[in-house]
Amino acid sequence: MTRQVRRVAIVLFLLFGALFVNLNFLQVLRADGLSNDTRNSRKIIAEYSIRRGSIVAGKGGDTTVLAESVATDGGRFEYRRRYPEPELYAHVTGFYSLLYGRAGLEDTANGFLVGDAPEQFARNVGDLLTGREPEGDDVVVTLRPEVQRAAREALGDRVGAVVALAPQTGAVLALWANPSYDPNRLATFDRARAVRYWERSENERRNRALRETYPPGSTFKVITAAAALEDGIDPDDTFDDPSGYTPPQTTATIPNFGGGLCNGGSPITLARAFEVSCNTTFAQLGVDIGAAKLVEQAEAFGFNQTFDLGLPMAASVIPSELDPPSTAQSAIGQRDVRATPLQMAMVSAAVANDGVLMRPHVIARVEDFAGRVVRQITPSMLVLDGQDDARAVSRETAQALQDMMLGVVTNGSGGAAAVPGVEVAGKTGTAQTAEGANPTVWFTGFAPFDDPQVAVAVVLPDGGDVGSEATGGAVAAPIAGKVIDAAVDE
Amino acid sequence: MSAVAVTTKAPADARRKANSELALLILALLITVGAYALVGLATTGVVPGGLAAYGGAMAALGAAAHLASRRLASGADPVLLPLAFLLNGLGLVMVRRLDFAEQTSQAPAQTIWTVVAIVVFILTLAVVRDHRILDNYRYIVGIGALAFLLMPLLPGIGKEVNGARIWLGLGGLSFQPGEVAKLGLVIFFASYLAEKRALLTVATNRLGPLMVPPARAFGPILAVWGLSLSVLVFQKDLGLSLLVFGIFVAMLYVATARLTYVLLSLALFGVGAFAAWTVFSHVQSRILTWLDPWSVYEDAGYQVAQSLFAMATGGIFGVGLGQGRPDIIPEVNTDFIFAAFGEEIGLLGTTALLLCFFLFVGRGFSVATRSPDDFGQLLAAGLTFLFGLQVFVILGGVTQLLPLTGVTLPFMSYGGSSLLANYALVALLLRVSASSSSTSAGRATP
Repeated sequence: MTRQVRRVAIVLFLLFGALFVNLNFLQVLRADGLSNDTRNSRKIIAEYSIRRGSIVAGKGGDTTVLAESVATDGGRFEYRRRYPEPELYAHVTGFYSLLYGRAGLEDTANGFLVGDAPEQFARNVGDLLTGREPEGDDVVVTLRPEVQRAAREALGDRVGAVVALAPQTGAVLALWANPSYDPNRLATFDRARAVRYWERSENERRNRALRETYPPGSTFKVITAAAALEDGIDPDDTFDDPSGYTPPQTTATIPNFGGGLCNGGSPITLARAFEVSCNTTFAQLGVDIGAAKLVEQAEAFGFNQTFDLGLPMAASVIPSELDPPSTAQSAIGQRDVRATPLQMAMVSAAVANDGVLMRPHVIARVEDFAGRVVRQITPSMLVLDGQDDARAVSRETAQALQDMMLGVVTNGSGGAAAVPGVEVAGKTGTAQTAEGANPTVWFTGFAPFDDPQVAVAVVLPDGGDVGSEATGGAVAAPIAGKVIDAAVDE
Repeated sequence: MSAVAVTTKAPADARRKANSELALLILALLITVGAYALVGLATTGVVPGGLAAYGGAMAALGAAAHLASRRLASGADPVLLPLAFLLNGLGLVMVRRLDFAEQTSQAPAQTIWTVVAIVVFILTLAVVRDHRILDNYRYIVGIGALAFLLMPLLPGIGKEVNGARIWLGLGGLSFQPGEVAKLGLVIFFASYLAEKRALLTVATNRLGPLMVPPARAFGPILAVWGLSLSVLVFQKDLGLSLLVFGIFVAMLYVATARLTYVLLSLALFGVGAFAAWTVFSHVQSRILTWLDPWSVYEDAGYQVAQSLFAMATGGIFGVGLGQGRPDIIPEVNTDFIFAAFGEEIGLLGTTALLLCFFLFVGRGFSVATRSPDDFGQLLAAGLTFLFGLQVFVILGGVTQLLPLTGVTLPFMSYGGSSLLANYALVALLLRVSASSSSTSAGRATP
């Protein structure tokens, strides 16, 4: 029997060997991935024992707190996270939750918030040696609270999003998406309540400003016009004014909005076609200049890629291979073209900044608790992958586009974006999404015309509250006007 | 005075072994007291006030157990008891450490259980003066084990906890009779197989290329298979069911050397497992949770996922005793106590613990191979296999090597029944090894 005992022993030893191998696999090979999983709250719990930095907006004495850590009255955790105006800033701050990890700036700026910025290395080593309690740093965002509030008020209860950028710096001035959610209710230590809120706030957590794409409709005509101007076409060049345009290789005719003519049937200039958002002109223009140039121009503005904004974002898309019928549809922002509100704000910002795209960013600087600046984010140009520089269009093209966009507000479809005392330029968009569905309506623009301080994009994916009758000019333009009014210094 | 008269080589050897045991016990005591102090330092910042009391209590328990094995099991294996004592002591430290985190108070209860378990250890050595006595009470032990196994099904005293009906509630006390029943079953199997060995080994029928024993010989396998399936069906305890069947198959193989039985058993296991998968949603859920805990993270997968997070966060060196957050893992102080160690003492620590279990199993099998009688050999091999398989099943479950089946980690998990049964297991192994050492002079080497 001794022989059998030995054999049984060997079998058991092999099983123990498997355990040992698996332990190595788990605690060495998979260790990094698992321990940094956002659902692994261990690191978060360690973080709860230090005072996490605040997220604030504004400067000097006039600061607004977006997120802060407050001491608990005992229990497992020393600090808890509090969001004083939770819904207003949720799509920027994200949340900081025991159960669900981190999102938004709480995640992307976590290194700063826990005091781990490379600049703080010396201090942290010192803290370690002296046994001083480590502390996090404050993150100051570029958002301007009055613009953010104006965006929320202007959009009201309607589903949609607003993004406002400073064209000359890329600073994000407002980033609002409705509906929004309450990060306090995810930051709670009450597991059951956090789970309940998590499960029913899925729609509210969708970041419509950065992570959802929509058909841009006629706002895309800014890009089509840019491609045409870069291709040598002049704003005063004239085009035929048919009631419908049938691209090659198809029998499907593209009509104008409302089915009529753009200029009573007389030849129409590019500038005028832009002001009244003439589909037939732009569909034909798209086919004339060709898919390659159209896609190239869209990509120069940022389509088909993401970059480091400081928050997670989705790429806006335009298919790189387009047949003529698709090109015609894409040129007027329909079919397979989709854009985020951030992307359309970037288009206006680049035009306003004479063709140069500045890197959009939400963090202005990082300060320690004493108010000393740890890191200052200096504005920089955004050189996209595949581009030689940050120039989306030439200065001449940009200035021609500026004039055309001014015409849209003073003399075209975007009159509702006008602000007393401020010259506003922009472009409306009304995208038909599906048969019977309400249109997605847009406005993107900038102001003041002479000295642009703000570029804005507004989208309402379900036509706001006026249903199938909605147009970008009627629904989105007034919202943009209110945001611009709040952003522009008197 | 009679002891003085017998001054042969055997007592000197026994004394040397007993002294080794004492030295190892002192080492184990120092390690656990050190761990206890570290936990206190990490959680409260000071060396805990209860350190002297804890150290004193453990020293007294160790001394009592040592005296018992020195007096009552002279010449027994000197490593098994210190290993058990070390694992037990570290388990207590972790239970106490988890008390700090969860603001519970389970360490005192576990300390009382340790006292009871050491008493049971001493009583076992005192009552079972020769393991062959057990052979004579085969049917009483067997029926007793069966009764213990099925007792939780009785209305009134049996109760269901976390879906498994394996508990007895008597007043405020809870007990898992299955832990003791496993020992009884091993004793019964050993006795039964030692007697029927020859009969079960004879191959009379030809089946293809295999010579197989007569059909009648397969009866016992089917009976134990039925028993383990009924544990699965009525008590919903996968772990116990697997262990009962596993130890029987291993012991049957040891007794008969017939692979036919092992193959048949594997086939039966396959049938049982497939049937369980088809019929029971909780078995399906266990398997699916094992294959992909992340897909059911919010629900059934949470526990294993947290265990994996804990082990991974510990990495190679661990975050330090008392400095991790093992309390996030649900049921961490029972089934998942190993993950708590994984987080706080890292791969180095878990490897050391695994080596302790490995060493225990090695010593156990070595006791088995040295036993002069069939019953002793089967008993020691069965007990050791039970211990080793249980360690494998729970550690495999905690580290996602196997589907999770709720069994305790011997000596470490919080829980009295398991601790008590495992100290009785050590006592029985010491008894077998003591008898073989006293008769080794007259034993012919094969």
